[in-house]
Amino acid sequence: MSSDAVGDETPRVTHTGGMAGKSDGQGPADRIIDVPGLQALVDRLIARGYTVIGPTVQSGAIVNAAITSVEELPQGWGDDQDAGHYRLRRRDDEALFGYASGAQSAKPVFFPTEEVLWRGRRTQEGFTVEPDDSAGRDAPYALLGVRSCDLSAIGIHDVVLTGRVHGDVAYAARRAAAFVVAVTCSDPGGTCFCVSMGTGPRPEQGRGAPYDLSLTELLNGGPHRFVVEVASERGADVLDEIGAGPAPAEDVVAGDAVAEEADARMGRHVDTDGLKELLYAAADSPVWDDVATRCLACGNCTAVCPTCFCTSVEDVTDLTGDLAGRTRVWDSCFDADYSWIHGGTVRATTKARYRQWMTHKLGSWIDQFGMSGCVGCGRCVTWCPAAIDITAEAAALRAAAEPDERDAGTLP
Amino acid sequence: MSTQDEVATERSRTVDSAMVPRQFVVTASRRDTRDTRTLELRALGDEPLAFGSGQFTMLSAFGAGEVPISISGDPTRPEVLQHTIRDVGGATRALVAASPGTMLGVRGPFGHGWQVADGRGSDIVFVAGGIGLAPLRPAILEVCADRASYGRVSLLYGARTPEDILFGPDLRVWARDHDIDVEETVDTGPHAWRGRVGLVTQLVARVAFDAAHTLALVCGPEVMMRYAAQALIHCGVTADRIRLSMERNMKCGVGLCGHCQLRELFLCVDGPVLSYDRLEPLMTRAEL
Repeated sequence: MSSDAVGDETPRVTHTGGMAGKSDGQGPADRIIDVPGLQALVDRLIARGYTVIGPTVQSGAIVNAAITSVEELPQGWGDDQDAGHYRLRRRDDEALFGYASGAQSAKPVFFPTEEVLWRGRRTQEGFTVEPDDSAGRDAPYALLGVRSCDLSAIGIHDVVLTGRVHGDVAYAARRAAAFVVAVTCSDPGGTCFCVSMGTGPRPEQGRGAPYDLSLTELLNGGPHRFVVEVASERGADVLDEIGAGPAPAEDVVAGDAVAEEADARMGRHVDTDGLKELLYAAADSPVWDDVATRCLACGNCTAVCPTCFCTSVEDVTDLTGDLAGRTRVWDSCFDADYSWIHGGTVRATTKARYRQWMTHKLGSWIDQFGMSGCVGCGRCVTWCPAAIDITAEAAALRAAAEPDERDAGTLP
Repeated sequence: MSTQDEVATERSRTVDSAMVPRQFVVTASRRDTRDTRTLELRALGDEPLAFGSGQFTMLSAFGAGEVPISISGDPTRPEVLQHTIRDVGGATRALVAASPGTMLGVRGPFGHGWQVADGRGSDIVFVAGGIGLAPLRPAILEVCADRASYGRVSLLYGARTPEDILFGPDLRVWARDHDIDVEETVDTGPHAWRGRVGLVTQLVARVAFDAAHTLALVCGPEVMMRYAAQALIHCGVTADRIRLSMERNMKCGVGLCGHCQLRELFLCVDGPVLSYDRLEPLMTRAEL
């Protein structure tokens, strides 16, 4: 690992609050890089010891993977997304970030599906306990092309997994070491609703997780290029190292226009007004019975959700029983085992499990963490095999609740 | 270790993990009933596990899985960790089978407990169903140790059969030496059983307490706790003075795994003990 990563422990960001546009003169001046400049950025991050994770095309989808070259990015690829529908499509330009959202967010990078907590060996006296601290020794990750919705999701995970009395140590180690290059969403998809959730489409300092740099891709009025917002000192250092010059004023204005156009092209919408209270009062709504006839309880939504954090813990032994490991694994509130206690499953029905997931995501999360658990990325809608749409279910609950004044009564 | 490692390690130190167990050794195992045993454990290195009554630990036998178990011992004697465990599955079977000398893994203590001292100066009603007496035992011992600070104290205890009654010697000591009105009942008993048969919730109306100055602590199956709370309310105890210890699946004990959620509550952190005014709207909806 190169030594110039020293002191890169965390993005040093001055939270300036919501900046509506990036041409408002706050903060360091925007820079400009072209496609070779983006390659130089990737090279520089690798030289600094980072493993660069960026979007690639795999198995007919946009999938995050370790990259070394901008040629691995999904050049000229867009996507069509709708409830239960995802297809890549060829764009009529050479955009590198011209898709709406990948199949997965950054979640598995910082919060892998499986993580060893500790290992032990049986001994004469009992057993040993050897904590697994390997996460701190992973090559630090540099994320390239993080959408604003996913940036907000990382911010939520930072609170859930590291902002309380006890936390996820491995997550904290990976997050602390990470370099983040965000990107303005230029072509949101049919299932996107980040505008409803207040998380996008353009990365903003002070909203979601901190980032180092933010790219806005420009394809017209000159060569293929990127306006680069500088959001940390080390971000500025990297740009200095690759010789990125100041962005021309007209490019900064063009970048603002990209975000404004994306803002107006959300495929979905959620009315968040009083949504928590609505969900709490709707615990007995017939809408849950209706959705339960369609939901397969497969857990796809929880797997692709960038904020779902539920996990289980498994003890695994070798055949002799002398070696054991305890592993934390992703879990889903749609599984029967999830709520099992001796004597039975607390949420035995799909109706109760869907209600739990959606009420938590859009409602009780606010009581727990002071923020919604939904960032409007639309993945749960896209990847549901039954095409269940959380935005439509929220609207149905609202429509069903309105005639009887959201009666908050309880069962006798 | 490179400098980058040190940076990441330093940063991650600010996040406190509770996921790695401490090693405890079983020093005694007592058979309570046909399916329940009480283990006494001592910490390797002898640093005691200070706890409040009503708190729990995540307890594990090597390689056999980990489960949340309430502490059943005396909070004034933290050097001895006591757990009363009923054999209901793979992990609890391995724990119940742990003989003296066996090492177990312990994380915790976790959770918000009974805070029984809030009831000083008033009457106390303990209501226990089955193994639910075990989590109440530390609170009962706390009251016994400071008996003069409390008014009338009663313990209403329901078990399935006379053979399932836990802590028989304790029950007699509490009644005889600590002026606690101990009322027992069973669901079914043999011909020789001369005690009560019936629901523990029906005992609420049979004991004396000043409803306006009473703290009620309830632990048992959820349906029993709900009916007990309703019976107490019927007698005039307000919901905010009725505390229940809730049970849910738990994998971490610190609010990270998500399993124990009851709407906005993480029962492992916000509970397991919560007052009925908070729980009532959440317990009266099926499968919440």
